[in-house]
Formats: sequence, structure tokens, C-alpha cells
Amino acid sequence: MSDTSAAEDAAPAVATFINIGERTNVTGSAKFKKLILAGDFEAALQVARQQVESGAQIIDINMDEAMLDSEASMVKFLNLIAAEPDISRVPVMIDSSKWTVIEAGLKCVQGKPIVNSISLKEGEEPFLAQARKVRRYGAAVVVMAFDEKGQADTEDRKVEICARSYKLLTEQIGFPAEDIIFDPNIFAVATGIEEHNNYAMDFINATRRIRALLPHVHVSGGVSNVSFSFRGNEQVREAIHSVFLYYAIKAGMDMGIVNAGQLAVYEDIPAELKERVEDVILNRRNDATDRLLEVAEKYKAGAGPQRVADMKWRNADVNARLSHALVNGITDFIDLDTEEARAAAQAKGGRPLDVIEGPLMDGMNVVGDLFGAGKMFLPQVVKSARVMKKAVAYLIPFIEEEKARNAAKGIVDASQNNGRILMATVKGDVHDIGKNIVGVVLQCNNYEVIDMGVMVPCAKILEKAREVKADIIGLSGLITPSLEEMAYVAKEMEREGFNVPLLIGGATTSKVHTAVKIAPGYSNATVYVPDASRAVGVASNLMSLQLRENFANGIKADYAKMREAHARSQQAKKRQTLVAARANRAKIAWSGYAPEKPRTMGLTIFDDYDLAELTRTIDWTPFFRTWELAGNYPAILNDSVVGTTARSLYNDAQGMLQRLVGEQWLKARAVVGFWPANSVGDDIELYTDASRTKVLTTLHTLRQQMMRDPNQNDRPNLALADFIAPKESGVADYIGAFAVTTGIGVESKAAEFERDHDDYNAILFKALADRLAESFAERMHQRVRREFWAYAPDEKLSNEDLIAEKYRGIRPAPGYPACPDHTEKATLWQLLDVEKNAGIALTDGYAMWPAASVSGFYFGHPDVEYFGVGKIERDQVEDYALRKGMTAAEMERWLAPNLNYDTTPVSAPLKSVPI
Amino acid sequence: MTTRAQRLAALKEALTARVLVLDGAMGTMIQRHKLDEAAYRGTRFADHVKDVKGNNDLLNLTQPDVVLGIHREYLNAGADILETNTFSGTTIAQADYGLESIVYDLNFEGARLARQAADEFTAKTPHKPRFVAGAIGPTNRTASISPDVNDPGFRNVSFDELRAAFRQQVEGLVAGGADLILVETIIDTLNAKAALFAIDEFFEESGERLPIMISGTITDQSGRILSGQTTEAFWNSLRHARPMSIGFNCALGAAELRPYVAELSRVADTYVSAYPNAGLPNAFGEYDEQPHTTAGHLHSWAKDGLVNIVGGCCGTTPDHIKAIADSVVGVKPRAPAEQKKAMRLSGLEPFQLAS
Repeated sequence: MSDTSAAEDAAPAVATFINIGERTNVTGSAKFKKLILAGDFEAALQVARQQVESGAQIIDINMDEAMLDSEASMVKFLNLIAAEPDISRVPVMIDSSKWTVIEAGLKCVQGKPIVNSISLKEGEEPFLAQARKVRRYGAAVVVMAFDEKGQADTEDRKVEICARSYKLLTEQIGFPAEDIIFDPNIFAVATGIEEHNNYAMDFINATRRIRALLPHVHVSGGVSNVSFSFRGNEQVREAIHSVFLYYAIKAGMDMGIVNAGQLAVYEDIPAELKERVEDVILNRRNDATDRLLEVAEKYKAGAGPQRVADMKWRNADVNARLSHALVNGITDFIDLDTEEARAAAQAKGGRPLDVIEGPLMDGMNVVGDLFGAGKMFLPQVVKSARVMKKAVAYLIPFIEEEKARNAAKGIVDASQNNGRILMATVKGDVHDIGKNIVGVVLQCNNYEVIDMGVMVPCAKILEKAREVKADIIGLSGLITPSLEEMAYVAKEMEREGFNVPLLIGGATTSKVHTAVKIAPGYSNATVYVPDASRAVGVASNLMSLQLRENFANGIKADYAKMREAHARSQQAKKRQTLVAARANRAKIAWSGYAPEKPRTMGLTIFDDYDLAELTRTIDWTPFFRTWELAGNYPAILNDSVVGTTARSLYNDAQGMLQRLVGEQWLKARAVVGFWPANSVGDDIELYTDASRTKVLTTLHTLRQQMMRDPNQNDRPNLALADFIAPKESGVADYIGAFAVTTGIGVESKAAEFERDHDDYNAILFKALADRLAESFAERMHQRVRREFWAYAPDEKLSNEDLIAEKYRGIRPAPGYPACPDHTEKATLWQLLDVEKNAGIALTDGYAMWPAASVSGFYFGHPDVEYFGVGKIERDQVEDYALRKGMTAAEMERWLAPNLNYDTTPVSAPLKSVPI
Repeated sequence: MTTRAQRLAALKEALTARVLVLDGAMGTMIQRHKLDEAAYRGTRFADHVKDVKGNNDLLNLTQPDVVLGIHREYLNAGADILETNTFSGTTIAQADYGLESIVYDLNFEGARLARQAADEFTAKTPHKPRFVAGAIGPTNRTASISPDVNDPGFRNVSFDELRAAFRQQVEGLVAGGADLILVETIIDTLNAKAALFAIDEFFEESGERLPIMISGTITDQSGRILSGQTTEAFWNSLRHARPMSIGFNCALGAAELRPYVAELSRVADTYVSAYPNAGLPNAFGEYDEQPHTTAGHLHSWAKDGLVNIVGGCCGTTPDHIKAIADSVVGVKPRAPAEQKKAMRLSGLEPFQLAS
């Protein structure tokens, strides 16, 4: 890896944190203990299965119970697990204080497990003998900070024992350091005994020293111990766990045994409680325990959200249960309940399809109603859809069987749904999160959705639409060239005589664009759908025999008005000539300005960037926006309306992030580069070397043309070239460029979820990949400012300030407001050899593939800020086309959203055609 | 005569210089001799109470010339490494024939015959030394799969039983002259772990460590071994044995096996071996993939840097091995993958925690 230069404030080498649940641990779970003691291994397996299903990366198995034959129970349970691929897909942690139990367990697993634990308690000889066996059985090992003198309680003792163990293991028997996990003992704090007050800090500080001193090892611990003195006050315990982990993870703890259900969201802890818990954990004041006790009661009685699932709903009849499962997004019993409903239907002479059209659709209607009424939010609806899909998947074999039977009898099935909707992300575009969400929501409302995926050419869409007799076609896209492609699809639909409604959606689409550019091309209903929650309303109106004509005419009238208003406003927004705009360029005093020379000229490549580092700088607000939850992070977590949903979504996201990083679902790659550069007019020349004699390539920038009065001290008409020293100034200036991605691996993993009918996790995953890519771009920009270009080596900003862009320099991306021309990406790709160096390809429409990618240029001048070029005039387009060596017509196509003039004659008046 | 230490030094050197060639199928070649029950029994087992026809390992004792002849044919074809005729040389596998008591002899003689053939050829072509891999098969029982569908927790063999059986086998193989140990056709990783455990114990006690080759079997197009592990999970489970090579053999033909060998090549920080079947069996259970076809596949694997050791399994013949050996002449061997330090665990699937 070429990424060797560490940031000066690089956080400790915490790769990630994995949480190991205690639900299959007789000492940690009363329920599991009861099942094992009763010999109910079937139910005990179910506990393990649920744990894996809910995302456990490793399952801890412990049978240390006086009433049990621990060895036999361990062997039996592990053998049973081996027969359950959905459980045994994850590694196990063989957990016992008795070596014989551990060894019996090691003989049952084909995978590579973790042994928990061994220690120096009985001296070096047995310790090494056990370690040797662990290695021979092929396992990793937890080593407790315990020696002949006892369990380590102080920071120094913890470090000393771990260091001694490490030396023995690695030097005497060649145990791989990366397979050693130290458990430096977490003890209870706030016990009222003064000597215990520093226990949390002892652990945290020891962790930091162990990670620094002993290369490649991991640090783990049993977290619930720390809050032992608050037994019975779950909310305070959860807060303590969360605060403790917050600091311990920062110090390098990368594994922990804690019930995920026993963990508050750190940001979610009430300020007063958090402060007092922090006082206790960090041992900040002598009266910390008393002060926590003072407020503890307040947070006790029923204050916490109800975590223990209320199982009363299981007593209701099967239809009510299905409805409950759908509304609450519970998949646990869905196969069981679906089967019961199916058997009931069959007993009454009904068909498997009746289950879908009866109880399941009834349940989904409730979901639809609640969603429509604003009482459920998108993440919950997508979870409901997951339940629905699993139920349908369960029924499919029965339906197929019936179909085959009927076909044999010559009966043709007429399936009943609300309509068939064909959806696609248009050619040249790869973005599909929004489209997938709309698809799920439509499916929830009993529409048959045929999703053609991304980068679908027009001809394919139309061919498929005819083939499947689509009732509605929906187009999606995120980048601006997609707008043109959608207009083209509309025109083609007209040409080929289609008569089905066309829906338009996606981030860059708008009502005005649809009205002005797309709708005139197609004489049937063309409707802009602003978000998923509107999709159902639009579709149901368009599919209803009674409503559709009125609805379509209403839309048409609305769009016609919009076009008129747009035409009027266009006249009002006059632009000035390019010559005048250039005369009003940004006035920058170049004399006396000495640009810093980047420390690393040329290319720097990052082959496999640490994902864990990128999780720390995620900007969460846009993540919630993807899910149509309005509000800023972190305030949104406590929002009175969407707070609960947002928290649940955030928890799911955090859980997935852990797995995503730990199991390396994605690979992060990047390339950045710097070159000598000067501006020439509105272009920027990049030179091959410091002599600035040979031009490597030329970047072309566009200039604002809004009316400004230079004499009134009005703002300048900006172009990015203004911020690079002009050639004639003689100032040696520089420019940088970058491309980053966290999208390598997205498609295969998302497909795994989709195969499992789990759109919720598929969408969640893609949304996280997008966030990580943005975070990567942000982090890389920071490192550019501090290390690579290094014009701000001492910059220190919080994550909030970073998100608020309170730093010097910008990283504009081609296709975005400051340089709206996507085709400049071609130059960028050549310059950085992006495809080879970062694994990102460009589509026909200059979209980046994988989609979770960001690219752009680095400008470092102190005065540079983001701006929008806005609408431009024909004179600039012609000048720009000439500079780029393209035709004006081509240029107009790429810059269509920015043109301040019409390139095509106004459409003929719309024919009134019924749809 | 060379010493084992000299041979192992030569093996180490050869692995950095070229792609090495394993031999081909033993069973396929034995079938050509159309041996009957009496031939299998020889004089020593003329009165044995059970039928022994099909117990190929027994031929090491009763028809040593047949075995020796096959070894020579493969060496003549260009094989660098011979596999001993000891696939079923454990008390567990021999129990079917009631021949548990002779497994040490089977292995000792199996290794001795291969040693004899290899030494003959090394003497003839000293620049191309030949090596003997003591072959350890999977046995006919599985430690992590229940034979009884109604009782998934049941096992008809334990780790300790396997470990004892493999221990006996490896002792015979090493005493008989094997240069290295090949744990092959792994269908249950837990069986392999027991074998590697026994081998490691034996090496520690004997004071001499021989290189280990490990070769798993992807049973079908699911891309998993029979006990359910994916390629990377399989590697994570066995990596602790620090083998000289890891690879796949049997069950699939080269065309079907390639993606899994490629995956192994990506993750394994050691040498990679592959010896597929001669295609998939036809409707009569026969293998009819032609030598040039098999060799064409293996050549492309070698050229693409996926493998260090190639050869053939079921259905391959000296003609196949000759074509394979010719096809990899002058091809640069793969460099073992470099891996960042990380805790690599596995269930049926791999899991990683960066260090």
C-alpha cells in the first residue's frame, strides 16, 4: 500500500469495533441458561440463529454452569450448530473458564474460532501448553490480564501482564500476534469504594498503552461489568456502557462483549446524565458517584424506550399477526404465520394467492395508510416491505405449483395487482438508491414493479415496456446529463406511439424541468414525482379509471402554466455578454502572493484505504435525507416526530458499518495529484514540470453571466480560472485533482441482500457506501490541506466545522455548480489515470461507476469559495466549444441545464389525447 | 542417493524457479490393469475373510510392480512430485476391508515404492530432482457432518479418532521415505484440522518438520467444500499449519475449478496447487477430457499467475501429465499473495478484523 504517510493526529490504530453478543452464554443470558438446563436445544439454536440474523459477527458460546455437564453441552451445541448453515456461517467464540471445555469445543469446529480465555493465572507452563494447543487447533485466543498474583486491576499491572504474555506467546511459541486478543479486565465503577473510582480509566489507559506497545494485538472486554453497581436501572446502565465504549474504542478497544440491546446511542443520552456518567467513567471529580446517584432515579422508572419485545401479539389470530408483523417490520415468525394463513386458505378451498391478496395486502394497506398519514416513515415502510417480500417468497413455490396444475388443466391465471410499473435509471447514469426506494414503496402498495437496473438505454426500456405491457414507465437519474436522456426517452415514446404515463424522478430532476423539457416531448401524461411518498398517490391516480383523466389534465394544465411562468422569468433574467462578464472577473492581487508548492507533486495512490477511519467523518444529515427523514444530525435523533425512526435507522446503520468495516464489504481506493498550473483566460494550463514550458493538459472553466454592475462594486462574474494565477503574472501556481471511491464491492454485497428479499439492508448499504465516499473525499481534502499540498499544515477543525467547510480551498467536481460541464471528467480521468489507479470507470453520461465515488479538482487560493455558474448565454457556449474542440451543438447537449436560451423551437401546442 | 534435507533444499529452489508438476490419477491407471480379487489378495492375503478388490492401497503390498510401473510412467511424463498410493491408508478407511492392522505397512511400502521410482529418475536427470508426497486422504467419515439426517448432532467419527488414525499414517509415510506430506481431497475441514494436528504433533516429537501440502475439494458449483466452507473460510481454517502450499483437487474439471483457484490465489500467502479431474464425468461416469484440453486450462492458470504446482486427479493419465508438464515449461511461477496482518477467522464464511 502506498498509503504510508500517517496524519499527524491519526487516531489510534483502531480498525473497527466488533460487538459480541451474550445471548448464547449461560452466564450472560438467563433465557439461554434456562433452555440449556431444560435440554431444549432446538430453542437454544433459535437464539443463536436470531443473533446471527440480527447481525452478530461472532457468537460467544458459554456453558459454564454448575448444574451442567459443560463439556457435553458445549460439544452437543457446537455439533448442532454445524448442521445449521445460517448459524455456522459466522465464527464462534468458545468461552469457558475450564480448559477441558475449551478443548472439547475446539474439536468440534471446522472454522477458525476464538478461544476465550487463557491466562498466566496458573503460571507460565500451563499457559504456554494451552497456547500451543490453541495454535495447533487453529484458533485465535483471548488472553486475560491475570497472572500468578491475581487479576490485574491497575493500569500498570494490566499493561505489565499483557506485555509479559505477549512476549511469551510470540517469542517462545511463535503465536501470531494478530490472533491475540487481550482482555485487560473491566471492573465496576461507582461502587462507593474509593479505590474503584479509577477502574474505567485504568482499563482505557491500559488499552491505549497495550495497542501502542504490542503490535497487531486486539483488545476486548466484558462491558456490562462496568455498570454493575446500577443493576436494575437499565437506562443508567446503558448510558454507562455507551460512554465507556465511546472512550475505550477511541483508546483502541476493538472488540467487546455486550448486549446490543443494552447500549444507548451515545448522542442520545440526555445531557445531564451524560455529563455525570462521564464524570464517573473518566474519574473527573471526587463526588462523581454521588452526583450520578442523585440523578439516577430520575432516569429509572420506565424512562427508557421499551426494549423487551412484547410478545402478546402472538396470541392474536393469524391475520392480525400478519398485520402486526408487517406494520412493525418483524420477520421472525413470518414463514410460520404465512404457512398458517396458507393452510387455512387451503382448508377453505382457497388458493395461496388468497394469502397475498387477503391478509398480507390488508396489512400492507394499513402500512400504506399510516405512511400516507405521516405516522410511519420511509425506513419503517422499507422494513415492512422486507416482511412482505419474505412472505411472498415463502408462497411462491405454492403459487408455482398451482400454476403448473392449472396450466395442465388449461386454466390461465389472471393475477391481480394495481398495475405494472417499469422502472429504470437511464443510460449513462448509475445512481439507483432513490429508484429502489420508490420501487419498494410501490411494491408495498401492490404494484408489480419491474426494475431494469441502471444504465438502461432508451431502446431497451421501450422494448421491455412493450414486452411486459407496462402500465406506467418510471425514469430515474441523478446526474445532469440524465435530464437530457429522459427528454430523449420521452420523445422516443412519442415517436413509437406509446400511450402509457411517464413518471420522472431523481435528485436533479424537477417539476420545472419536467414541465419545460420533458412533458412537451410526449403527448401522454408525464409526471414529476418529487419523492417516494408521492409515488403511490401519482400511480394510483394514473391507474384509476375514474380519476386518471382528471388527474392527467390537471397535471398538464399545471405544467403549461409552469412553462409560461418559466418563459416569462427567462426574459426577466437577462444575461450579460461573455466579454462584459470577463471584464468583471474576480480581482485578485497576484503580486505579492506566493502559492505554496505541494509537498508531493505528481500522483499519490491509495490502494486500500482504512474504512474505519472514514466512518469517523461521516456527514449523517444527507443520510437521513435519503430516507426522507427531514432534520439535521444529531438533532434529528431526538426529533419529536421522526426521532424514534431516525434512532432506529441510525442504530441499524451503525451496526452495519461495523460489519461493513470488519468484514471489508467494500474497498476504498483513491488517487490524488498536483501539478504546476497557470490560467490563460478562462482556461487553466497544467504543466509537465516546474519549468512550465510544456503543457500537460488544459482545463476549461465556465464563467457566470448574470447581470452585474462593475461600477456599483457589485460582485464579480466568477470562473474557476480566476483563482489560479494568470500566466502573465509570473506567479508559480498549482492545482490538484482527485478521485476517490468506496464503491468497490457494493454491487455483489447489495445483490446478496436483494436475493434475500432484504431491500431494507440493500438500500441501507448503498446509502452508507455513498456516505463513506463523501467522507473519503472530505478526509482526503483535509489530508491534502495538511499533508500533501500542505498549505494549512496546522489546520484543526472539528467534524462539524469540516462539514460546514470552514477551511481554505475547495474541491469542485465536474458536473456540479462551479464547473457544470461533465465532460471535463474525461480530462480528469486521463490526468489521474483514474480507471487504473482507483478502479472507477466513466459511463457514456460521465457518471462514475461504481456510484459511490467522488472526483474533482483542488483549488487552494485563500479567497476561493464554492459558487454556481448558473445560466449561460450562447456566446459563451460557442466560445467554450471552440476552446474544447467540440461543436456548439454537442456542447449544448452537455450543458443543457445551464443554457439561458432555447435550442429547440417551442413545441407545437399539445394534442389532447386521452391516456 | 540424496538425503531428505538435500531434496527439500532442491524443492525450495525449484518452487521459486518454475511451476512444478504433480502426477495424475492412480485409480484410473490401476483400472487399466484389470486386476481381479485374487490379484488384489496376492499370496499374503489369500485367506483374508473379506473381499479386498478395489482396495488400491493394498496393491503396495500385493502388486508392488504395478504401483511402481505407474509411478515410472508419470515420472517419464514429466512429473516432479509423485503422490504415494495411500489415499485410504488409515485405520478408519481400511475398516471396510478389515485391514486396520496393516495400515503402517501400507503407508511405509507406499512411500518406499514412490521413493524408489523417484530416486531412479533423479539419478537419470539430476537437474530435475523428483519428490515424494505422502498422500493422506479424507477417510470415509466426516467429523462435522452427521451421517444421520434425523440426528444432526450425531457424529460417526471424532476428532481424536481421526487424529490417532492420521498419526499412524503419517508415521508410516515418513519412515518409508516421503519428502513432504499431502493432506488431500478435503471434504470436511475438521478432518483436515485433525490430520494437521496429528502431523504437527508428530513433527514436534520426531524433531524433523517436513513441508505440508493441503488440497481441498470443491464438491460442486456452489463453490463450497462439502462441509460448507467457502474458499477463503477454508484457507482461514487451515492457515495455522503454515503449509508449503494450499490448493484444490478432484470433483470438478479445470474449467469449473478456475474461479476457486483464482480466489485462493488472491488470499493465500503461500504457494498454490491445483490438480483437477479430466473434466466432468460423462453419462457413463468416464472422464473424456483430452490431454491438450486439460493442459490448455492449466497453462492459462500458470500464465495468469494463479498457481505454483499443477497436476491431475481422476481421469488424468500420463498423457495428460505430459501435456501439462510441457505446457508450463518456462512459465514464471506465481508469487505468494501478500496479506496485511489481520485476525482472520472463519465459520462457513470468512471474517476479518484488521490488526
